[in-house]
Amino acid sequence: MTPNNGRFTALQRALHWLMAICILAMLFIGVGMVSTVRPGYLSLVSIHKPLGIVILVLALIRLVVRLTRGAPPLPASMPEPMKLAAHLSHLAFYLLMIGLPLLGWGMLSAADYPVVVFGIHLPSILPHSNGLHTVLWNLHRALALCFFALIVLHLAAALLHALVRRDGVFEAMAPWRSGRERRASGDR
Amino acid sequence: MADTPTSSSSAVRSLVLIAIVVVALVAAFAFTAGWLTPGRLTPSKIVNGLAPPGGPVLGFRRNHAKGICFTGSFESNGAAVALSKAPMFAPGSYAVTGRFNLATPDPKAQDPMVRVRGLSLRIVAPGGSEWRTAMIDAPFFPVATPKAFYGLLQASAKTNDPDAMKNFAAAHPELGHFGAWAGSAPWTASYAQEQYNSLNSFVFTNAEGQDQTVRWSFVPAAKPEAVSPDQLKARGADFLAADITQRVQGGPQNWALVVTVANPGDPTADPSKAWPEDRRKVEAGTLVVKAIEPEADGPCRDLNFDPTVLPSGMHVSDDPFPAARSAAYSVSFNRRTAEDKDYPRHPAGGATP
Repeated sequence: MTPNNGRFTALQRALHWLMAICILAMLFIGVGMVSTVRPGYLSLVSIHKPLGIVILVLALIRLVVRLTRGAPPLPASMPEPMKLAAHLSHLAFYLLMIGLPLLGWGMLSAADYPVVVFGIHLPSILPHSNGLHTVLWNLHRALALCFFALIVLHLAAALLHALVRRDGVFEAMAPWRSGRERRASGDR
Repeated sequence: MADTPTSSSSAVRSLVLIAIVVVALVAAFAFTAGWLTPGRLTPSKIVNGLAPPGGPVLGFRRNHAKGICFTGSFESNGAAVALSKAPMFAPGSYAVTGRFNLATPDPKAQDPMVRVRGLSLRIVAPGGSEWRTAMIDAPFFPVATPKAFYGLLQASAKTNDPDAMKNFAAAHPELGHFGAWAGSAPWTASYAQEQYNSLNSFVFTNAEGQDQTVRWSFVPAAKPEAVSPDQLKARGADFLAADITQRVQGGPQNWALVVTVANPGDPTADPSKAWPEDRRKVEAGTLVVKAIEPEADGPCRDLNFDPTVLPSGMHVSDDPFPAARSAAYSVSFNRRTAEDKDYPRHPAGGATP
């Protein structure tokens, strides 16, 4: 079952855009909450934790879909280094989407905080340890900043494909079908 | 999917557009993170402000740095079930990890020199639900808002500017009430004789979904005995730890948990204002302190007594302090746990008191 017409499947596109909103919101909430003492701090923390779990679940679903449905091939016109960069960035995205929520959960466990999301007390996934907490906290922060940088690059690359190269790469993940693409696929 | 050739001028326009999108996104992120607004009151600033002139003592809590751990239980009598559906209010016995402490950033402070004493608790219900609280023995807080607290830290750090404190006190009259309490309230010679107060208000929700704004206190079973500051100074630097250790060895020490319910119109958002004495009070149970353990290897050392770790049936009120405390405690916790190697774990081998 390969994606047809050089596009990701509807499920893959839906997951991509839903997660794009969740992850971007997550990163803004993360840097916003650690830099304020206002009452909004608690609201942001109370969104950050369950949203992290939602992203983890969505990322695991998406990984399964990607492994079973694959991805449309990149256009032959793309230079090899660009293709390599695209593949590596996708790998990094999957590692971060799955890794960051686990680091956050692990960090709270290592600090012996109760982890409660949607009213459910999640189990502690690591022992209480200052050393573990410090390593995981530093990783959570550093990788979150890397994640944001990667998203900025990803967005710039997507717009470059859409506006300058016009090679169909953006359309492969676009939530809609462009007129140009409909013409190209002949279903008018 | 034929490539559509683009003219070089439209490509330039597109590249400019992409650059604008990227810059806007990065700028929004930087603004959200506070990197463009150095004036924002961040938890790091508050924690930095707590440090003594010589800098913070690495590995220790950034405030209330001197303390001693204990374990025990909360024996709930069920009376507070009408106020909150928190699982630890159902009749029964619940495990407690706690810490008696002194409000000072110096873990080697002299006990007789520290005016404010504290009690931190973690009460755990079966299923893992937790109630954490950190209280002090003052009857109200020195200032009304977290911003004013930061102002107080800044003013008191300006030791070379005698006007700094004077100006702050003039602008914050509530500080005078606190000064009057600190100057006139009797001192005791034991953690066991102190009443510890939440000061902050919280909202309790019962099983019927009814909300009540409350504060709480742990009222000692031991009768407070006033001791003059001069008598205290004769007792030595660490007399509080020695006293509580000895008392608990002789038998469990008890406090009654008294929940005070606000009347409509009471100042729930301002911990510098005590509520009138006639407010409805519910005695919810007894804190029983059963075993004292030195902090160095004790169970309280690596816990963050974040007052916003609350069970279902409790949540924060319009009081702005718990959020600010949670944010600042987290920074203090992250810093001290990263400085693990600086904490002298084994009193016998190190230079700890």
